Amino acid sequence: MANSDSGQRSIIINEDMTIYNAAAQKPMLLGSLHSCEELDLDLSQVGEMDTAGFQVLLLTKREALKAGKTVRLTAHSKAVTELLDLYNMASYFGDPMVITAREHAAGK
Amino acid sequence: MDVIQQAYVVESRELLQMMEDNLLQMEENGGDAETINAIFRAAHTIKGGAGVIECKFIVEFTHVLENVLDEMRSGTITSSPELVEVLLSCSDHLSTLMGCVESESEPDEKINQVSHTLREKLQFYLGLPSTASKEVVLSEPKLHASGGGEMETDNWHISLRFGPDVLRKGMDPASFLRYLLEFGQIISLVTLPDAIPEADGMDPESCYLGFEISYKSDADKARIESVFDFVREDCLIHIWPPHSKLADFIRSIDELPEDPMRLGEILIKCGALTQQELEQALNIQSDREDDPATQPKIGDVLVDQGAVTAEVVDAAAAKQSKVAEKKSLESQLIRVQAAKLDQLIDLVGEMVIASAGANMLARKSGEAALVESTSVITSLVEQIRDSALQLRMVQIGETFTRFQRVVRDTSRELGKEIELVISGSEAELDKSVVEKLGDPLMHLVRNALDHGIESPEKRTAKGKPAKGTLRLNAYHESGAIAIEIIDDGAGMNREKILNKAREREIIGPNQVLSDSEIFALIFEPGFSTADKITNISGRGVGLDVVKRNITALRGSVEVESQEGSGSTFRIRLPLTLAIIDGFLVGVGKSSYVIPLGTVVECIELSEKDRTETLNRQYINLRGQVLPFVRLREQFEIAERGGRRENIVVVQYAGQKIGLVVDELMGEFQTVIKPLGSIFKHIKGIGGSTILGSGDVALILDVPSLVALTTVQQNQ
Repeated sequence: MANSDSGQRSIIINEDMTIYNAAAQKPMLLGSLHSCEELDLDLSQVGEMDTAGFQVLLLTKREALKAGKTVRLTAHSKAVTELLDLYNMASYFGDPMVITAREHAAGK
Repeated sequence: MDVIQQAYVVESRELLQMMEDNLLQMEENGGDAETINAIFRAAHTIKGGAGVIECKFIVEFTHVLENVLDEMRSGTITSSPELVEVLLSCSDHLSTLMGCVESESEPDEKINQVSHTLREKLQFYLGLPSTASKEVVLSEPKLHASGGGEMETDNWHISLRFGPDVLRKGMDPASFLRYLLEFGQIISLVTLPDAIPEADGMDPESCYLGFEISYKSDADKARIESVFDFVREDCLIHIWPPHSKLADFIRSIDELPEDPMRLGEILIKCGALTQQELEQALNIQSDREDDPATQPKIGDVLVDQGAVTAEVVDAAAAKQSKVAEKKSLESQLIRVQAAKLDQLIDLVGEMVIASAGANMLARKSGEAALVESTSVITSLVEQIRDSALQLRMVQIGETFTRFQRVVRDTSRELGKEIELVISGSEAELDKSVVEKLGDPLMHLVRNALDHGIESPEKRTAKGKPAKGTLRLNAYHESGAIAIEIIDDGAGMNREKILNKAREREIIGPNQVLSDSEIFALIFEPGFSTADKITNISGRGVGLDVVKRNITALRGSVEVESQEGSGSTFRIRLPLTLAIIDGFLVGVGKSSYVIPLGTVVECIELSEKDRTETLNRQYINLRGQVLPFVRLREQFEIAERGGRRENIVVVQYAGQKIGLVVDELMGEFQTVIKPLGSIFKHIKGIGGSTILGSGDVALILDVPSLVALTTVQQNQ
């Protein structure tokens, strides 16, 4: 996980987003969101994502929208992309994944 | 007529009754929103049901009616006496149409003519040119978009709401969706995250998701269903095949947890509805938003827009409202066929006899334990009998309220102002009695309206309020129910009746009669004192028929009247026709049963009284004269009695008499068995019953004994 200045935070999630971790990830993500205005989530290390993980992500996004904050998903891993596609929810998060991947590539 | 039609007719008749009651109420109070709504709902449900049983003529007729009611609901049309009149005729006409359904016949020319006339009248209120639009409205179902009530789409539609425990059980919704992909194609899918609670309350290990899926596959329903086999218990699953009935579809919308409008949008995303259809619906929605009462359901909105087939949604909506309205009733009521109930009561009757027999044998045997157990059985049987009879008991109120309409129509026809006041409507009596009571009651009510209550002018001249009052009252009285029809009209002229009776030689010229006897004369055949004959009553047929009908029910009718201030007709009927609590008495070797409800007390006929009463037919009971009958003489029993005699004091219609018997044998429950027609002319016997010992006992007809004794005394 990496921090930048107080207004913006970037977090790299480096574990699976599954039901086994969901209970811990929920407070972590919500807490991070609470402490900043813009939250970037790097999902490149998410090897596996299930519905529980998806829900936590969804909740974080919803809370951000409610508070007028921003949550950006970046560098979706294959597992994330696949699930968001299946659930047809990519547009809800509003982070065009193909471009994100390219940016990710360009940024590195 | 199949079961569905039958159920439809029964239910519709109830609804029509409700509609009529509400219309009458509307006429009186101008009709608040609730009343209008109730009327509308009734019409709506009748129409919806007619759609289901595919009864076109009712759908067509009710459709226009419903339109008018809907406009009334939205306030475009306001209620007026003329309109109520038309609506009442419509409700009557619907009842006629129900008759057609019942007889499985198409309405004949005459009925169609009435339909046509009423529809034109209704169209007038809708402000539409009547003839031209009528066919358009009726023959062209307002649809274009959705192809005859089917969903336009070629795809399956699957609606899923996963339960909270799915994830914890190791199942993931995603895997089910992936499984679906194995033998079909997800055309579109909408994830419903709405159920995710607030952040604090959200359990990351619970599942909150729902999905609406448009799915293309050649697989059959069973195959698709099998996908969800593992989650069936934890998941709300609806699967609609391609071209499902829209009705089913829309009905299910209300079963889903989300807001119907939100679902409307989702359905578009899935391709179940088109965007244009929903947009139109949404426009209407926002137009009406300021008034939540008129805010329509999505089904209504879509129908208004002609987006889906009217009748299909109506049928669904009817079912919906039925579910909502009937649920409360349904949980309280069970419909049972009358024949089944009769059979039960018959059996209970036999059981009563059998148990009485067992009881008697037990007592004879003298075995304490046996007596004990049979007495327990007897008391249980008694309770069963009471409950079984209670099943047949209905409140008389329903019968009474029917007269609201009669009073309204008749008084209008006669140009009188009459108010109907109902009391005691919670008094209960046997359904079979209620059914047979309708005609006599109708006759007496019409009689009171026509002859009893005067015209407003006459009333004002006499210093009475211009508005006459007719009261229907009911109350229980010693094992019987009394029903009173009371008017505050002119009352009856004693002299006039007397003269008429002499004229017709019903009574001798010098015969002196008491008031009640004089008034009883009006029940003689062919007796009418009405000066003019109207088409409502007064043709001289009737009151004798009333009396005959009521007597046939083991009841009686009497009249009290005071000239100038009104008359009271009082009908007395037994509560039930099947089983009575009796009091068993013996005369010589014969046994008789006296209905317990009529028994006041039993006293021993003292030696002194016995000698005194050899030549007179009354005794002094605590200072009062008590006329009596010796059953031995009444029924010509030859053998001599024992040394002791008892008097059973019975009361009927306020009159007490004594019945002299040898032996008092105690209370006895009994089933009334009718007597053969040969015995019809024996006075004082109402029926027979079988005792536990197998002997036959005759049941005394107390009313006729009372009448007989009173007449003898008066002579």
